Amino acid sequence: MTVAANPKYIGTRVARKEDPRLITGEGTFTDDVMLQGVAYMTLVRSPHAHARIRRIDTAAAKKEPGVVAVLTGTDLEATGMLPVFIAVPGMNGSKHMPIATDKARYAGDAVAAVVADSRDAAKRAADLIAVDYEPLPVVVDATKALEPGAPIVHEELGSNLVFTYPVKGGDIDKAFKDAEIKVTQRIVNQRLIPNAMEPRAVAAKFEAGELTLWTTTQIPHFVQLIVALNLGLGQNKVRVIAPEVGGGFGSKLQVYAEELLVGYLSKTLGRPVKWTEERREGYLATIHGRDLVENVEIAAKKDGTILGLRIRTVANVGAYLQAFAPGIPTILHAFIIPGPYKIPAFDVEVRGAYTNTTPVDAYRGAGRPEATFAMERIIDRLADEIGMDPAELRRKNFIPPDAFPFNTISGITYDSGDYEPALDRALAMADYKGFEKRRAEAKARGNYRGIGISTYVEICGLAPSKANSALGVGWGGYESARIRVHATGSVQVFTGTSPHGQGHETSWAQIAADALGVSPNDIEVRHGDTFESPGMGVGTFGSRSLAVGGIAVHKAAEKVREKVVQIGAHLLEASPADVVVENGKVFVKGVPEKAKNFGDISMAAYLANNLPDGMEPGLEATVYYDPPNFTFPFGTHIAEVEIDGETGNVRIERYSACDDCGRQINPMIVDGQLHGGIAQGIGQALYEGAVYDDNGQLLSGSMMEYHVPSAEDIPMFNLDHTVTLTNTNPLGVKGIGEAGTIGSTPAAVNAVIDALSPLGIKHIDMPLGSEKIWRAIRAAGEGRR
Amino acid sequence: MGHTVTVTVNGTSYSREIEPTLLLVEFLRETLALTGTHVGCDTSQCGACTVLVDGRATKACTMLAVQADGATVVTVEGLAKNGDLHPIQRAFAKEHGLQCGFCTPGLMITAVDFLERNASPSDAEIRHAIEGNLCRCTGYHNIVNAIRTASAEMRQAASGEAKIAAEVQP
Repeated sequence: MTVAANPKYIGTRVARKEDPRLITGEGTFTDDVMLQGVAYMTLVRSPHAHARIRRIDTAAAKKEPGVVAVLTGTDLEATGMLPVFIAVPGMNGSKHMPIATDKARYAGDAVAAVVADSRDAAKRAADLIAVDYEPLPVVVDATKALEPGAPIVHEELGSNLVFTYPVKGGDIDKAFKDAEIKVTQRIVNQRLIPNAMEPRAVAAKFEAGELTLWTTTQIPHFVQLIVALNLGLGQNKVRVIAPEVGGGFGSKLQVYAEELLVGYLSKTLGRPVKWTEERREGYLATIHGRDLVENVEIAAKKDGTILGLRIRTVANVGAYLQAFAPGIPTILHAFIIPGPYKIPAFDVEVRGAYTNTTPVDAYRGAGRPEATFAMERIIDRLADEIGMDPAELRRKNFIPPDAFPFNTISGITYDSGDYEPALDRALAMADYKGFEKRRAEAKARGNYRGIGISTYVEICGLAPSKANSALGVGWGGYESARIRVHATGSVQVFTGTSPHGQGHETSWAQIAADALGVSPNDIEVRHGDTFESPGMGVGTFGSRSLAVGGIAVHKAAEKVREKVVQIGAHLLEASPADVVVENGKVFVKGVPEKAKNFGDISMAAYLANNLPDGMEPGLEATVYYDPPNFTFPFGTHIAEVEIDGETGNVRIERYSACDDCGRQINPMIVDGQLHGGIAQGIGQALYEGAVYDDNGQLLSGSMMEYHVPSAEDIPMFNLDHTVTLTNTNPLGVKGIGEAGTIGSTPAAVNAVIDALSPLGIKHIDMPLGSEKIWRAIRAAGEGRR
Repeated sequence: MGHTVTVTVNGTSYSREIEPTLLLVEFLRETLALTGTHVGCDTSQCGACTVLVDGRATKACTMLAVQADGATVVTVEGLAKNGDLHPIQRAFAKEHGLQCGFCTPGLMITAVDFLERNASPSDAEIRHAIEGNLCRCTGYHNIVNAIRTASAEMRQAASGEAKIAAEVQP
């Protein structure tokens, strides 16, 4: 029997197991780890975006009271390079040392490290380090970086071009030749700063030949692997712990310099070392997201039938390639651009460029929001050009429900989908039909009101391993789980995923509970400790945890259940086929009064004196699960905005979304993931944007200049769901971590442009702040004088 | 050194000799090891470090520990009484008002102070009250729900107490 057919806990709003410690202040985050005799590391960071390092004078710093060590890049080469886990064809990789040795390539590049007895002493000493810089010409803009004569970030590579990545399908020339209408739009996904609320931190101690390292990470096993390899330690001697992690959104999906440095320093100095990022430091030294510019051309018939799509993209990777950076504007962006639409011809080319800016890597959605934004903006532009309702234009081009599994023009296979019901439900929730009345009412108030639709398909799972490998991903896409039932019947689930707010302890307990016939309250889920884990875990990113890690838990639980059934049948002298496992009891079908307790079975497994012949004692199972395909969630988001005619201020008045992530494990958590994602996507649409000056100085260098949305900026959300199962995995689950971010940005921007379309405004680049909107209204000859 | 401060934190009085530059949040986290109060920024924007100082929600990164001499401070560790969670704690869990939990202590403390002053707030008033506390996970939707739920529970409890008080009147 498959448990998924009749679940008791899967699909219910089980209260989160994480919450009791987090609402009482008992959760331990990395900066809460207090180590006896700890020393504090501070890094000296380059104030120049591009400068040769002529000389570093550390003499005065070394004399400062309390200083333990002062080190420069040449002292620290033993830490090895920072890793990149994806290599796309023809990639020009960069040498990336934890501490720069020859030159600083962005403002914030570390040039020296100080370790001292106190944070204050470390900072005082850092101020005494004199670095003799030779400033070099700076390039900030990716397109300019690819022009002849641009300053070269890595001289040994000869140019700033990281890669040229084409994805093609169909006959694009014919599509544009046959087109009755063509629309071109330049689309900018501005650079974003992730702003997980917990700044990064690392603490480490080296005792008896063993390094224990606490860090704010989404991928503790990768950190363990790289720290062990780079520092020359056995992997069995490096214990990496991701305790409570205060949000990540991709910004903690790295092996960072500070992790290698703190590990190395605690080992070589023989005392615990800790580093805690300051927020302004994080703005420079933690990865940024997005930052790509695309030229998007669509070819269509006048009835709205899409014939082809041609896109040329330049992606800014920053000064160095980070762990997953090469895969984001390429694999996770180019392949998914077609979204829910039938597109007969497709021609995308993405070029990556080094610049003198903070490195860019995954930020929630990572490539997919950019893809969806480009597609959904050009669809709205096309609708405007041909005078068609944007909802109907989308509907007309949807992949029909009988076409799945569907091979896209970009070369991937969608597992399942049924796009119209999600669109229709969202349209109904948004009262789309009644909108024009609300537009007219707003106009009477002197305001502009608009409605914007976004329909998306996202790509989750990031597996199977063979497909990853073919795409250039240098590591498998599997996930691990171990379930251990102790003699007394208590259950522990060890997962290779590494949650940082997603509630895996609860959802994984629900999955295991249904398989084992016990309550989620009786199951403890443990994660984020490489010495407790099943061995190797891949981690939490790309909305992969449930569709890969959750399935590993399910499969491990099924294995344990099978053994419970076998032991139960033996003890009850029945056929395994007749044994029922539910509510913590094991009994023969129809004879619940003669039940064994779950704990009787586990005790029997360990007493081992009355087991079926040949059965191994013990009750646990380990699974490494590698799925056969990605999963493809989808949905429709609709934003309705009102723009103040006097100030240009945009307010989201109404937000409706219908998302389909396949089967839901915990609907409360699903909605929470959507809420947060939508808010981040609205942040990109209306508020957020990293700003550099031409010298490579980050002008939006703190929370004072960079607008992280507050509660007053964000509306309440109306959410609904359709459920289209996937055949990719036995639970039919897809993933929901990034859907909100993917759906919301184009919905919000389309709504703003719709509001301004009566003024003849076709497009404005994000973020759509009031000043920009006010200027656009004035330029269109309206607005009060 | 040389500055001795006496601060009552969560009902216990602590006297400590401290550096005059020590921030209140550092005093709580590092001197007293009360790490439930978090540091999320260095510009007083995020509100993760919010604690009650003499009943008022205060960003503990904006105040020196010496300024808290003689004050009464409540942190997230002091919200529950005798093992009973404060209504705001119950409401945050019930409404899924937290995900990673990093901003949660500050948000709950801000809400406690706010609900003392406005027992029956509108959603707009709730949003205004917490605009100095940033959350990146929840999109605020369930935080607003949690604060509304807590306010209803606290009103009910207050009216229950008033009723009991009225009944025991001679």
